[in-house]
Amino acid sequence: MSKRVDHSEAASKFIKAKDHLEFHDKRLWDLRGKRDREVERLPEWEQLRTLASAIKEHTLTHLADYLEEFERNAIANGARVHWARDAAEHNQIVLGILQEAGASTLVKSKSMLTDECEMRPFLEARGIEVMETDLGERIQQLDGEPPSHIVVPAVHKLRGDVSRVFADKIGTDPKNSDVHYLAESQRRHTRPYFLRAGAGMTGANFAVAETGTLVVCTNEGNADLSVHLPTLHIASVGIEKVIPRIEHVGVFVRMLSRSALGSPITQLTSHFRKPRPGTAMHIVLVDNGRVERLGMADFWYSLKCIRCGACMNTCPVYRRSGGLSYGSTYSGPIGVIIDPAFDLRKYGSLPFASTLNGSCTSVCPVRINIHEQIYKWRQVIAERNQLPIVKQQAMAAAGKVLASPKLYRAATEATNLSLAKLPRVVLYNRLNAWGRQREVPGAPKRTFRQWYLENRKPKK
Amino acid sequence: MKAALFIPCYVDALFPEVGIATLELLERLGVKVDYPLDQTCCGQPMANSGCEKDAAGAEALFVKNFAGYDYVVTPSGSCTHHVRENLTAIPQTARVLKVRRSVYELVEFLHDVLAVREFPWAEFRHAVGLHNGCASLRALRTASASEIREPPFSKPMALLSKVKGIRFVAPQRPDECCGFGGTFSVFEEPVSAKMGYDKVSDHAGAGAEYIVSGDMSCLMHQKGCAERMGLPVRFIHIAQVLNGARK
Repeated sequence: MSKRVDHSEAASKFIKAKDHLEFHDKRLWDLRGKRDREVERLPEWEQLRTLASAIKEHTLTHLADYLEEFERNAIANGARVHWARDAAEHNQIVLGILQEAGASTLVKSKSMLTDECEMRPFLEARGIEVMETDLGERIQQLDGEPPSHIVVPAVHKLRGDVSRVFADKIGTDPKNSDVHYLAESQRRHTRPYFLRAGAGMTGANFAVAETGTLVVCTNEGNADLSVHLPTLHIASVGIEKVIPRIEHVGVFVRMLSRSALGSPITQLTSHFRKPRPGTAMHIVLVDNGRVERLGMADFWYSLKCIRCGACMNTCPVYRRSGGLSYGSTYSGPIGVIIDPAFDLRKYGSLPFASTLNGSCTSVCPVRINIHEQIYKWRQVIAERNQLPIVKQQAMAAAGKVLASPKLYRAATEATNLSLAKLPRVVLYNRLNAWGRQREVPGAPKRTFRQWYLENRKPKK
Repeated sequence: MKAALFIPCYVDALFPEVGIATLELLERLGVKVDYPLDQTCCGQPMANSGCEKDAAGAEALFVKNFAGYDYVVTPSGSCTHHVRENLTAIPQTARVLKVRRSVYELVEFLHDVLAVREFPWAEFRHAVGLHNGCASLRALRTASASEIREPPFSKPMALLSKVKGIRFVAPQRPDECCGFGGTFSVFEEPVSAKMGYDKVSDHAGAGAEYIVSGDMSCLMHQKGCAERMGLPVRFIHIAQVLNGARK
């Protein structure tokens, strides 16, 4: 059985590394600030959100039709289309394509889906050399860690950390942590792989049904190199990425990078239509739990996600706990509502890694009601007995007391008297999580109700 | 107008002065307000923890206490939000739905229902940082939120700006959650405390002598943080300031 993720425990470790924590919080808050300034420039921003949401909602409620339309058009363009029910099928299909082409090196650009499918270890164990070419993903690959953020995968690392990883793994000067030096070193290190790779892989931000094309938004140019140098292009695409028409791309492209990084648009917005002469293009459409989620009345809205990461950047909990503390491919608010659908037991603590403050919902460019779904997941987790016993018992007891005026009065009126007399050591010990870093509120002499009875003359 | 006062459990037990200020303020404004004596809680603590079923008893009692009123006024944004959006552990009869529609957070009630624009008795000669609880800000929409592209507005600020002598400071992240979050404060203690420390530091750094809020639960958490940190900043509920508290 999978090990349960203990978000609180992992977060406490993250918080102890002060420099990292401070940088992480500040860097992501800075992205949120840039996003706000971009949003300010577009008077129609809230309309765009509504429109984007409506397009996604329409597509998801006609998903089968649009997927088939996409498939037809992609095939007509000259691509080959594969369908993968789950991660295992996806990985097997990709391996089969590579083996058929005799490709032993794969250069790939960023794709959360391939992380979700744990494709890299699968291929590596079968003799395929896999090279992440996105800088952040590459840092994480070299360090043996998953990405901690869906847009900026190594955002939890300081440049000193990157310098250490690069010195260890690609032979850079350990004393040099200049960002330009590090970026250039990675670039030089990666180039030969592009030239000799038998295959290149991308994900897709959008799959346009009407044209059978894939749209990939990147900032580093690595996706285009991955597609244009090798003779084989494999694209892994989650089925929720399909949108009906080419004119819809504009709606999303206007929002994607503004939401993600606070830039008006990504450096590159590439449309991949068909293989160049003498090359092949394979598209793997992946379900891996998406259809099941589409059938969940309270949670299907999460499939609208365009993976911009704005919810993570704005989330005060994410910024102070780091993506790795969620123990999953998808972290932050969007992860909190996606992960339990994959494994309720393993990810049962994640919906509680939230104050339900709702900032995520307010920044979401496709209007996913993230914090409301977090609330709903909590109900599901409690119903399926996945809450810690302490919490279950505490809530059952609280529920009983608060349902009874008599028990409630006995508890509140007595608590105040006894609290006031308690020595400090009783309140401040390891068992009282409140008191570890906070003072406990002082106990008043009487409750409001007692004051009221003494000072007003209520009708009996 | 038939109005009742709902004093949330934690205000009743830990901050009776906030309940008193709320009652006195409503009385000053000429609202005859009942205080049903058998009230306890709206059910939020259990429901927010996922245990909606355990909230059913408290919710039923809430409805029983407040069924006969046009307005139920409470000095708590998060309780108002719970009743309005999430009081669903019990069958949704017409009576239940009516109660759910009748509940108003104090600032909303003053600003929207009574349309109070003057508090001649109020004077608060301090530098104030305003803290909007997240439920008030993003669910009740008592103020514009920095995430949303909309014209700026703030009902609590509109009310407080009528208080003589008050000065406002501008924290760098005014809309950032303070990290209370109900049981989050205990089960996610490390992150909760860090958020609280950051929140009070932000206000103190902006020069706040007081942090004022419509949500005492946020303030309880922030006060606990500030006291442990040794920060001189103090905390007061908006009802107290509007009712004429000088400090």
